[in-house]
Amino acid sequence: MNKKRSLYSSEAKWGIILALPAILGFLIWTLGPMVASFVLGFTDWNVVSTPHFIGIGNFKKMFIEDFIFKKSIYATVYYSVGSVIASIIFAFLIALLLNQKVKGLPLFRTIFYLPSITPAIASAMLWIWLFNPDFGLLNQVLQRFGLPRLLWIYDEKQVIPSLIFMSIWGMGGMMVIFLAGLQGVPQELYEAVEIDGGNWWHRFRYVTIPMMTPTIFFNLVMAIIGSFQVFTSAYIMTSGGPNYASMFYVYYIYLSAFRYGQMGYACALAIILFIIILSFTLVVFKSSPYWVYYESARRR
Amino acid sequence: MALSKSLSIKIGKTITYIILVLGSVIFMLPFVWLLRSSFMELGQIFILPPEWIPKPFRWQNYPEALTAAPFLTYFLNTLKILIFNESGVVLTSIICAYSFARLRWPGRDLIFAILLTSLMLPYAVTLIPTFILWKMLGALNTFVPLTVPAWFGGGMFYIFLLRQFFLTIPYELDEAAYMDGASPLKVLWSIVVPLSKPAIITVAIFNFIGVWNDLLGPIIYLSDPDKYTLAIGLSVFRSMYTAQWHYLMAASVVVLAPVILIFFIGQRYFIQGIALTGLKG
Repeated sequence: MNKKRSLYSSEAKWGIILALPAILGFLIWTLGPMVASFVLGFTDWNVVSTPHFIGIGNFKKMFIEDFIFKKSIYATVYYSVGSVIASIIFAFLIALLLNQKVKGLPLFRTIFYLPSITPAIASAMLWIWLFNPDFGLLNQVLQRFGLPRLLWIYDEKQVIPSLIFMSIWGMGGMMVIFLAGLQGVPQELYEAVEIDGGNWWHRFRYVTIPMMTPTIFFNLVMAIIGSFQVFTSAYIMTSGGPNYASMFYVYYIYLSAFRYGQMGYACALAIILFIIILSFTLVVFKSSPYWVYYESARRR
Repeated sequence: MALSKSLSIKIGKTITYIILVLGSVIFMLPFVWLLRSSFMELGQIFILPPEWIPKPFRWQNYPEALTAAPFLTYFLNTLKILIFNESGVVLTSIICAYSFARLRWPGRDLIFAILLTSLMLPYAVTLIPTFILWKMLGALNTFVPLTVPAWFGGGMFYIFLLRQFFLTIPYELDEAAYMDGASPLKVLWSIVVPLSKPAIITVAIFNFIGVWNDLLGPIIYLSDPDKYTLAIGLSVFRSMYTAQWHYLMAASVVVLAPVILIFFIGQRYFIQGIALTGLKG
């Protein structure tokens, strides 16, 4: 007993020491900068001058004068909603098919997964070329099927749908998570449906979908957070154009801070992004009791 | 009846394979396009309808593209960042995850929950103050901002992933070692780490790809071309050789290849690791 108690006291000491890097890292690189962002967002700091406190001046400017800000909100929300929905549906569909005990599963899984680990810069270069209206592969395919050629990322209206299309190519991470979730669905449940005379639709609707809702929920939250922070495609492929139609929010923050030197304004923009992502995530979390099915809740 | 059922299963299987094969072809097509363009003469790239076999086969695109810009320097810079970053992430995420998973100390779970919120925080929120911090410390245009933070737990994502894995190891093993007078560090090193190799490899691969692909960090912190990484070097190369698609594609293949290589080496662990993060989330 005595030995055990001394063991525990040294355990606590070691525990705190070993957790210290993460705690310090959180304070230095998360909490500290976050607080600083919230303070700087209320100043007019532009690197060279000393910062002045200007109250809600930055936010007034954003919502009243700054038309790029509005365009950037629109572009980002449009892209996020589109790419999250498209990627989730596509990833789920492919995962469902791969879960049918197909032969060559590792090969298929690799093929669908590889694009998602392609360096953003390499895939951006590749897709500029695929989107090329004159010589790009996509227009060649459209032409082959007798469809009209598109301008893709070079047209104000087509740029966001094009980038959403490109984002489906990177859905591999989600697909692997879905696949793992599907493989964890207890087989007895499917057998129970079959004994009751259910067909594939019943199995899908009353077993697969409910059992997968926690995984869908996880993917949804992570995809929302990720897609709101899209940067590389605007930086490399479109420079936010044409006519600011793809001025993604983080790219606009980057421009404000590191091109125009408006650090205070950029921090204010970041605060708004934080609030937007937080509210989207909260909506999903708040809605989860209505559609996410938890095993533990059922047992209760 | 039984016959029609087996028939419908067969039809279902066939449709499944058709969609999967078709999807695979579509997903692979961009890569094939990339690869074929990287071996072509510039003229052949623009031939319509597109040709798929390079003729003549110009492997020289590679040496020519790679010497047109200092890619060797970019590669060495990336490698340096990678080594310092990777060792920091692997080492400190292991010890932090160990503390959160297997050592009991007051406030542990509360602190873990608080740290976990950083996963939800958009990086843009911390970006500017972090930049200012490094500027005040005089660390701009060095590798310090891209490597030193890795030594502080390496980010909650990795700690979370390792912790999930560490929790699955029976605690009786630790207890037995403690009875023999082992210290927590000894338990970590001789029991937890050897049993967690798949999870640790997953973290290492995830982080390799993350560092290799990182563009925003190098753009913000590195201004001297001698310090450029491959990602930023490739984007500069693109602005210099806008229309030289055969060179651009060859350089892209070179930047892409190591990631794919690493993926194939660690594929088994990698897929498990992604699944682990999603399932217990």
